[in-house]
Amino acid sequence: MKQFKRLIIPYFIWAVVILLIPLFLIALYAVTKEGNEVLTVTFTWGNFAKFLEATYLNVILKSFWLGLLTTVICLVLGYPLAYMISKFPEKIQSMLILLVTIPMWINMLLRTYAWMNLLSDNGIINHLLSMIGLGPVSMMYTDFSVMIGLVCNFMPFMIIPIHTSLTKMDKSLIEAAYDLGANKIQTFWKVIWKLSLPGVVNGIMMVFLLAISSFVIPKLLGGGQYMLIGNLIESQFISVGDWNFGSAISLILAVIILIFMGLMKRMDKQDE
Amino acid sequence: MKKNSKFANLYLVIIFLLMYLPIGVVIVFSFNEAKLPVRFTGFSLKWYQELMGDSAMLQALVNSLILGAASCLVSAVIGTFGAVGLSRLHLKSKGILEYISILPLMIPEIILGMVLMAFFYMLNLPFGMLTLLIGHTVFCVPYILMEVKARLVGMDPSLEEAARDLGASSMRAFFDITLPLIMPAVVSGSLLAFAMSMDDVVISIFINGPKLSTLPIKVYTQIKTGVTPEINALCTIMLAFTVIMLLLYSLIRSIRRKKNR
Amino acid sequence: MNKLIQLKNLTKNFDDQQVLRGINLDIYENEFLTLLGPSGCGKTTTLRIIAGFEEPSGGEVLFDGIEISKLPPYKREVNTVFQKYALFPHLNVAENIAFGLNLKKVEKSVIDQKVGKMLKMVGLEGFEKRDVTLLSGGQQQRVAIARALVNEPKVLLLDEPLGALDAKIRKQMQIELKKIQQEVGITFIYVTHDQEEALSMSDTVVVMNNGEIQQIGSPTDIYNEPENRFVAGFIGESNIIEGIMIHDYLVEFDGFQFECVDKGFEDNEEIEVVLRPEDLDIVEPQDAKITGVVKNITFKGVHYEILVETENRIYKVQTTDYAEAGREVGLKFGPEDIHVMYRMGAY
Repeated sequence: MKQFKRLIIPYFIWAVVILLIPLFLIALYAVTKEGNEVLTVTFTWGNFAKFLEATYLNVILKSFWLGLLTTVICLVLGYPLAYMISKFPEKIQSMLILLVTIPMWINMLLRTYAWMNLLSDNGIINHLLSMIGLGPVSMMYTDFSVMIGLVCNFMPFMIIPIHTSLTKMDKSLIEAAYDLGANKIQTFWKVIWKLSLPGVVNGIMMVFLLAISSFVIPKLLGGGQYMLIGNLIESQFISVGDWNFGSAISLILAVIILIFMGLMKRMDKQDE
Repeated sequence: MKKNSKFANLYLVIIFLLMYLPIGVVIVFSFNEAKLPVRFTGFSLKWYQELMGDSAMLQALVNSLILGAASCLVSAVIGTFGAVGLSRLHLKSKGILEYISILPLMIPEIILGMVLMAFFYMLNLPFGMLTLLIGHTVFCVPYILMEVKARLVGMDPSLEEAARDLGASSMRAFFDITLPLIMPAVVSGSLLAFAMSMDDVVISIFINGPKLSTLPIKVYTQIKTGVTPEINALCTIMLAFTVIMLLLYSLIRSIRRKKNR
Repeated sequence: MNKLIQLKNLTKNFDDQQVLRGINLDIYENEFLTLLGPSGCGKTTTLRIIAGFEEPSGGEVLFDGIEISKLPPYKREVNTVFQKYALFPHLNVAENIAFGLNLKKVEKSVIDQKVGKMLKMVGLEGFEKRDVTLLSGGQQQRVAIARALVNEPKVLLLDEPLGALDAKIRKQMQIELKKIQQEVGITFIYVTHDQEEALSMSDTVVVMNNGEIQQIGSPTDIYNEPENRFVAGFIGESNIIEGIMIHDYLVEFDGFQFECVDKGFEDNEEIEVVLRPEDLDIVEPQDAKITGVVKNITFKGVHYEILVETENRIYKVQTTDYAEAGREVGLKFGPEDIHVMYRMGAY
């Protein structure tokens, strides 16, 4: 079968040229000065120093905070849902899980846009409110609208892995816990929750990754002036044109994500 | 196991409503006569007709279809060969090579988009269909590779040995046995990749160039200006498309599962 | 009979692990030979080397006197029945069986005829168009055998082919396999860890352990005259007792001397004796040299299993006679029931 090893060559070239070299390039951009030609490279930490300015620091803190909040809300809302789904008979279960999965397939733009329909100043919710003599309440272009968009868009990414780990669980373990005298709450915390942790960790990692790097949702539901890390990167590359600074921001984003994932992985291992 | 309480069922309904109600609203109001999407005044297809008359929109759709087909074709070749090649490697470097294949799914899309933009700019590649095509392989290859790899892992290695034992050269064994068996995975992976390509905004924004617009980009620029019934109609069409792809995908999977039993 | 396959000092290493430590084996035409041993003993590796899926690290594989260890599997006149059958799921029964013939570009009418003949032999007439994934385990097994035999190999290799079947079908397939082997008249090399399977079907049994051959012989030889403690322990149940071979036909153990039928050991050589539990009889204490107390009696269906505690050890006895626990009894056996074997350090 040795000759089939050669089939990997196109993949290998693709991986190196389209993935690895460009990634390396960005790292290079991040530590060099603007306006470099290929041959005259000047190194600088200035791009990172610029980041410590209050405006930019605020953006990163806000992104981090929103990402964390989205993750927590998704977990708090998603875990019970996954748990309830796992208690249905298998046929209904797979149907419900399909219902959870379908939104993941629907274009993110569309899902976000759908909320604009509801939340905008002359949207449906305000229309209903005015009928009972309230409002109008300004909901669009606030932290609230952005949060709704993030949570509703990324919730399936929390539910699916948790549900998977719940169904993979050996049901006799739960019975064993009852048999050994644990009550419902004890059984849940000492057995079910513990055994579903790998799914929880997976879900948290995915939602956090998506939330902290999102930029379409904040742009649409938060308005043109709303800035998260994603929007900052986009504006540096597309409108401002400071690629070096943009690269530095993405590196910082990547580092935040790596640290977060490392922490979660460690938690996962400790619990095993 | 105990059944869920009434409260639990209510909770389920609420969460699903949160997920589906907004989309339902979009669909309903795409058939609304009035311009303002707050009250349903009467059934009408006029927004769809208007959409059909929008030549820029149609061009964007054509662009998206071409791009989706092309990038998924290229990715199918790279991904399938890659998965087969990976399965035949017994090196320590195999782990790293496999890790690279999921790298694009771990890196935020925005970073990928930006990285590709900078890279193409440096290569002096004109932004347009070619850059989009290359860019879309970044997320299409991993999907196809993963599907095919999963299929190969589930395959009994003695199947190919049996073919060789019965007189097939390794070439014949591959084409007569392995390829037909992984074909459903290649198709379903490509379908996934096609749907992803048809949906992508973030990466495309960075590498599409000034003249070329794909459907999602067109929608994105229009949405920024606010809610209109035309967009409701457009979104409904895209939704229908997604559902069709989803059905096709699950059809292929279920055929495969039946065969495997 | 001609030697068909000769393995000469065959060794195989996987990474640092030595799985075969010098296998020497002659396999004859028309022989049903079984490689028997616990998992990890090297039996499957030996089979895969003969099939051509593995290359030996050292030694030779001769087929009709010609060295073939570098020959790819599709150039060898052997075919394999795989452990989990390895039927091609995208082909139907007839297409599976015809796979090898199609590769050889045999004429369509000839293929149809041969496939039909094979299906008849394995008792699956009329199954041509069936989906192989929907067949029962036993039926899949038959298709796998037909698929291999249709190529008219000189040797059929079977890698634990009955392992996935349930007990009843297993018994039936054992009889059928033996019948098929006699019908086609070729060499079968059969790998199993099931001693009963090995004893009931084979002409020759090769007991392996730890990458080495422990004993080669007919089923009766292997059972009645195990050459060492491993073989005695692996095949059937036994009482293994350390003793001394005083001289030919006289052995001493547990403080007594017994007449036996073994010879060829050195005088006063330290040996081990095997006494099969079913060869021991419970008698009155005065009628036997070795006496003891019944410790435990268990009903096993056909017989009782009685544990008798003597001065030196506990003997296991299988007999149809009943003896209640606590009773003093004697253990009786004849000279032909004593099997003397070489003493092994390691086991």
